[in-house]
Order: sequence, then structure tokens, then C-alpha cells
Amino acid sequence: MTTAATTHDVRARRGWIGARALFERQMKVYRHGWAEVVAAVLEPLMYLLAMGVGVGHLVGNVPGVRSDVTFAQYIAPALLAMAVMNASTNETIFGAYGRIKQTNLYDVVLATPVDVREIVLAEVLWATTRGTLAGVGFLAIMAGLGLTLSWSALLLLPMSVLIAVAFAPAGLVVASYVRSVDDFQYVQLVMLPMFLFATTFYPLSVYPRAIQVLVVALPLYHSINVVRGPSLGTVGPDVVIGVAFLVGMTVLGWWFALRRMRHILIH
Amino acid sequence: MTPAFAYPLREFGHQWLVYRRSWRGSIVIGLLNPLLFLTGIGIGIGRLVDANHATLGVSYLSFLAPGMIAASAMQMAFTSGAFQVFFQAQATGSYTYTVATPLSPRDIMIGQQLFSSARVGLLSAGFFVIQVALGAADSWMSLLTVPVAVLTGLAFSAPAAAWAIGVRDFRHIRTFFRFVIQPLYLLSGTFFPLSTQAHWVQTLAYASPLWHGVELCRTLNLGTATLTGSLVHIGYLLLFVVAGLVVGSWRFRRRLHA
Repeated sequence: MTTAATTHDVRARRGWIGARALFERQMKVYRHGWAEVVAAVLEPLMYLLAMGVGVGHLVGNVPGVRSDVTFAQYIAPALLAMAVMNASTNETIFGAYGRIKQTNLYDVVLATPVDVREIVLAEVLWATTRGTLAGVGFLAIMAGLGLTLSWSALLLLPMSVLIAVAFAPAGLVVASYVRSVDDFQYVQLVMLPMFLFATTFYPLSVYPRAIQVLVVALPLYHSINVVRGPSLGTVGPDVVIGVAFLVGMTVLGWWFALRRMRHILIH
Repeated sequence: MTPAFAYPLREFGHQWLVYRRSWRGSIVIGLLNPLLFLTGIGIGIGRLVDANHATLGVSYLSFLAPGMIAASAMQMAFTSGAFQVFFQAQATGSYTYTVATPLSPRDIMIGQQLFSSARVGLLSAGFFVIQVALGAADSWMSLLTVPVAVLTGLAFSAPAAAWAIGVRDFRHIRTFFRFVIQPLYLLSGTFFPLSTQAHWVQTLAYASPLWHGVELCRTLNLGTATLTGSLVHIGYLLLFVVAGLVVGSWRFRRRLHA
């Protein structure tokens, strides 16, 4: 009885120790990657300047949105969702690919008591940290520029965590299918249209009905919904649906990522 | 005696041969990227802009398309200028072997620039066909945007190659792309008229070679280009081309004949 409990205890604790060790390793590696940190916030900022401020002069009112909302205020939360998604998937798609297939880090790690579950956990935690950092950084810019309209914008902090968590395991699944760096352009081929068409710059109503169905299936669409409402001070059912979608994506992604990583790491 | 252009053509031929085997990937990045921006931003945001009766004089798509041709030329040219030159200059790259032939470092550089221009030319021609199909080419002079895009590309690929030949760490090029090329892409008047911006923003944009490429393409597309204005734009772009080639000849020799 006691022995069984102790074994279980040790296993549970060790499960955490392995993930923590990997997490700490990532932090050490990342310390030299200042460019990544700055770029994660600079990219959405550039879009905010070009589209929000520049094109915003030409746009006027966004159809179906309160008339006191400027174009910059409308797109800023969507750019935050994009930044969080990119920071999270940069880590689990491109970073993890390097660790899995280029440096073969995990082959080495698996020779220690650390198992695949801990590797996945560490990857997801680290990607979530990076995504959240990007979200917090950009939220500070948004607030500084007066682009958040309500105190409910504080919800953008937990929402950033949620978006980052949802995309992290999905990214690992993608990384597990990448055969060589040449395949990364197909990743771009999905990410760029998703960024441009997931209601980042204009509402769903602009699209014809048939395309609306496609847009609603995009994870970024739901990520934008969970931050746009709170940022503009209009929290509606689309926020709840978005949260449910992202939670579902996390669970499903976690299960699938674990399966895929076991498949490719344990030959 | 071998004519002066024969050797650079050899280098061009080599690059072209390699490209013929891997063009699919670069078409994906090269052509789909601006195409997605053209539909997502040009047609999508265009609906809002046109509904707002903005004072562009033309549809937003017609305003954006000639800007995009120059901006994507810059992106493509920088990629083939900087990234390719960097990789070829590594111990495993082709330059290591090429310098052992009668080709001089300058021949290699010129061949590389020819190749880069050919790629930009193909991309721009493809883009132009789509622009015409979307009804966003407004004047017969629009056709001239293709050679202007090639010139804009050269204004970036020549200095980029001159720099990249001596770069030791791949990540420096990626950082440059993120912190210089991407902001130029978004803020050089490609997506919005600079006339609506603060004076200092305009002054800053005038220094960007991309702005001159964008402006020249746009006035050609609208048919409002003036001879003097066009010559100023061309002259400014040529300045970057010449500077890139002069510094490049020296840096290619120093790196490859070391």
C-alpha cells in the first residue's frame, strides 16, 4: 500500500522534474534570442501602423461595428491574437522541428528517465510562455496607444495564455509531419491566408455565405473573437464559443501531439 | 578571347539550372504571398475603403497592386540576394568551387545579380498578368511596372549581396529581414498614401528606395507619371544598384580570394 503510493508519488514528481529541466534548458537557449522577443511584438506593431493608422485613414467605419470604434482599435486585438499564435507556433513548429530532427535533442533526452509526455509538456509550457510574452507586450502597446476601450481588456491576459496553449500542441503535430525545411513553406501557405482572412481586418459579414463557413472553421477566427470583444468592451456569446473552441483544440491537440511524438520519437 | 559577359553568364546558367529543379517552392512563396495580400487586403479592405469614398481617385485595388509589385520585388530580391549569397559563400556552397575556375569573384557577383533579376522579372510578370485579370491595370504604361520592379529588386539585391558575402552568422540576415525589410514592406506607401501622414513620416519614407519603386509603379499604372519625376525615382534606385555593385566587387574579391 505505502510502497504503491510512494512509487506513484515519485513517478508524478519525476514527471514534473523532467519537464521542468527541459523548460529551463529552453530558457537558457532563449536568453540569446532577444531578436525573437522584439520581433514577436514588432511584427504586429508594424501591421498596426500600416493597416490601423495608414489604411485606417481611408477606411472610416467598419460595417457592423459601433461607430465610435476606429479601424486601429478594431484590428489591434486581432493582431494580438496573431502575435500570440505566431510566437507559440514558431516555437512548436520551427523550434521543435529543429530539436526533433536537426539536433536530435530528444533522442538524447529519451535516453534519460524523461519520457515523451514530459517532452510534450515542456514544449507546450515553453510555447505558452513565449506566446503569453508576446501577448503581454502587445497589450501594453495597445493600452499605451489608447486602443483598448474597456477594463474588460484585462481579459486579454488570460486569453493570450489560452490562445498560446491551444496552438502549442497543434504546432507539435505539424512539426511531426514536417519532412525537411522545404516543407515550412507549406506551413506559411496555411498561416498567411489564415492571418489575412480570419476576420483580422474586416468582419465576417463582408464574406459571401459559403466562405463564411470556411472562416468560422479557422482557429485564428476564434482566437480573434475571444480578444476582440473584451478589448472593445462588448463581451458576447462569440467569446464563450471561442473559449470552448480553444479549450477543445487544446485537449484534442494534446492527445494527438502525444500520439505523434510517441510515433516519431520511439522508433 | 572570351567576351566580358561570358563568365557572368556561366554563373547565371549554373544558378538557373539549380532553380529549374526547385522552382515550385519559390513560386509558392514568391507569387502566392503577394497574391494573398492582393485579395485579403486589396479586395477585402478595399471593400471598406471604396465604400468610404476615400480620395484615392481609383479603387483601392488599383492603388495597391502597383505598390505590391514593387514591394514583392524587394522581398524576393533581398531573399535571393542575401540568403542565397550567404549559403553559396559557405564552405559547402558553390562559390568555393566556382572561384577555382576562370570566373572572377566579380563574375560570380554579376551572374548572381542576373539570376536574381531574372527571378524578380518572372515573379513580376506573373503578378502583372494577375493584376490585369483583376482589372487593376489602368493604363498601357502599366506594362512598364515590370521592368521598374526588376530595377527596384536590383536596388536591394545588389547591396544585400555585397553585405551577405561577408556575413558569418545566418541569423543576422534573418534579423535584418525582420527589422528592416518587413517594416519597409509595410510602411513605404505600399498600402496607404503617405500624403495622409505626418511630415516627418513622409521625409523618412522618401529615403526608402522602396518608396521610389512604389511611387514610380503607381504613377505608371495610373498613367500620371511625369518624365522628371520618373527620372528622379530611377536615378535614386540606380544609386543603390551602383553602390551595391561597387562595394560588392570589392567584398566578393576579399571574401572569395582570401
